[in-house]
Amino acid sequence: MSRRKTERLLSLVVCLLSTRRYLTAEQIRHAVAGYPEQPEAFKRMFERDKEELRELGIPLETGPINPLDGEDTGYRVQRQVYELPELVLEPDEAAVLGLAARVWHNAELAGAAAGALLKLRAAGIDTDEAGPDTRQGIEPRVHTTEPAFGPLWEAVRDRRPVTFTYRAAGRSEPKSRELEPWGVVNQHGRWYVAGRDRDRDAPRAFRLSRIAGPVRFSGPPGTVTVPPGIDVRELVRTGDPGPARENTAVLRVRPGAGFGLRRYATSTEATSTDATGTEITVPDGWDTVTVPFSEPGFFADQVASFGADVVVLEPPDLRDAVIRRLKGVLAGDPA
Amino acid sequence: MSEPRRRAGNTAPTSAERLQRLLALVPYVVSRKAVGLADTADAFGLTERELVDDLNLLWCVELRDPDPYCPIDLSYEGGEIVVSQAESIGRPLRLAVDEASALLIALRMLADVPGLEDRSALSRLIAKLEAAAGEAAAPSTQVAVQVDRPSGDETVAQIRTALAQRRRLHLQYYVPGRDEATERDVDPMRLLVVEGRTYLEGWCRSADGVRLFRLDRILGVEVLDVPAEVPVDAQPRDVDQGLFRPSDDDVHVVLEVSAGGRWVAENFPTESVTELGEGRLRVQLRTPDTQWVRRLALRLGENGRIVAPDDLRAQVRDDAAAALAAYAS
Repeated sequence: MSRRKTERLLSLVVCLLSTRRYLTAEQIRHAVAGYPEQPEAFKRMFERDKEELRELGIPLETGPINPLDGEDTGYRVQRQVYELPELVLEPDEAAVLGLAARVWHNAELAGAAAGALLKLRAAGIDTDEAGPDTRQGIEPRVHTTEPAFGPLWEAVRDRRPVTFTYRAAGRSEPKSRELEPWGVVNQHGRWYVAGRDRDRDAPRAFRLSRIAGPVRFSGPPGTVTVPPGIDVRELVRTGDPGPARENTAVLRVRPGAGFGLRRYATSTEATSTDATGTEITVPDGWDTVTVPFSEPGFFADQVASFGADVVVLEPPDLRDAVIRRLKGVLAGDPA
Repeated sequence: MSEPRRRAGNTAPTSAERLQRLLALVPYVVSRKAVGLADTADAFGLTERELVDDLNLLWCVELRDPDPYCPIDLSYEGGEIVVSQAESIGRPLRLAVDEASALLIALRMLADVPGLEDRSALSRLIAKLEAAAGEAAAPSTQVAVQVDRPSGDETVAQIRTALAQRRRLHLQYYVPGRDEATERDVDPMRLLVVEGRTYLEGWCRSADGVRLFRLDRILGVEVLDVPAEVPVDAQPRDVDQGLFRPSDDDVHVVLEVSAGGRWVAENFPTESVTELGEGRLRVQLRTPDTQWVRRLALRLGENGRIVAPDDLRAQVRDDAAAALAAYAS
């Protein structure tokens, strides 16, 4: 950090805000202390300074000036564009603001949240700075551990297409993808990016944790158009297994076990009959539990996880699927 | 085309960062008429010395237009800061896109958080911030954080009551790793919303320790007519270090999974994940209780195997063999 540079940048901001008309670079050099006399050196330093102001979000405007001044571009910052509009918060609103600013904590946008809070305090707002226990005992947090989050947020914000390497679920080979990102969504604690997949020319969602390696911009800002009426949350949600439980399984469950299945049972009996009406022998104390389920593969996984505590009676394909998994355990790990 | 910009680490502030602070400092004082040095230093996370250095820098600003003049006049005598002349920087700079987005995304997420009662304050604040941020608010609608709503707001309501009245809770809680519905008394500490899920953090009287209870696994809850007694030295979990932390007593487990079992690395807290080629992974984790790993191995079937420890591996084999025997009969 250079104190002289900070002084120069501050003077530059005050100078540009104090003028109504556009100032030429030469006029600025005269008004602001700390610029070199040598024209080339001045030009380089002034260019860098302008870039720094823009990065801070200072709305630096360029405009035409009187050609008699020997230059054709002038600079100014309009106060009404620069200034945060009047903002008055009720105490309950300020309290919620404090809670919201803590949501990002150490995550990607934590710095931005702190910056926003600083400006709002500078506008005279006193936020709730009390400890974590006050705010109704609720502490919400968002994590952004996936390295792809930062660049993808920048891409969404600046409307830039990106490329990245993606490993789809269950696929062994990662593939390169090009995406026009429309939005980033966190669902069940996981981040997804949704947009138009350029290779497939269709909307697609990608899980950030499955992106391998860096995310690169593949086009300039402003080159992505989000179709009107698109809800990125919906695009991500279609990838979810549906909640509808349209299939029915009949299971034999050891007493005191299989609780994760019993939770959803529609009936629990001490005896049972098979499809032909013949009574099935149920060992002492075991229950016959009827459970609706949605996705057969997922349900077979779940049933297998209970081991000998749960045995599938119906349907046969579920029974086979569970047996296959159990045999897979033995096959994958020969003694 | 280009690499996204990388942020600098936690080093001394750059000139730009200090400028940002100075541009907030002047309006901070102006909007409050007069403020104490100590309070202001606190609000900006500075030492008093650093703050005084900032104030001196502001006071020293000089413009030649064409005659030299000082646009900013201030004093901090007697520990009280007064800005008598702020020229054009008396108001803060408007919110940048990232700043507006950070707050708006968080606020819209809060609207989904179960049990947060200030919905009216939330929507009023969102409207005010959107208005103040103007165009900078637009990109924030392209990011959403969804919070799973545990079925039955009744559970949340009961917990909120217990928190507010500092009373003990009786929970019926499902532990999937052990496939058990447990009964326990818990002195509630707070509700946490992390990774899209809501947890009750409390002092578990059966375990004699701080525990997290996922709301969607709470089968039944009852507010007891007993005051909560959270021990004074009960440490709330630092959730930013991750919800589950391994301890030295934990069992070290090594798993290998094929492409069809890669989800394991995404769904469980792991110590390390190594690519083995062809989509296969070696996953290392630590856990105090290997019960759930046995169940996981059965679930994985041919898509995974336990590499270590040996006794766990043997247990899984026995589990699978016993389960198959039930089908053979």
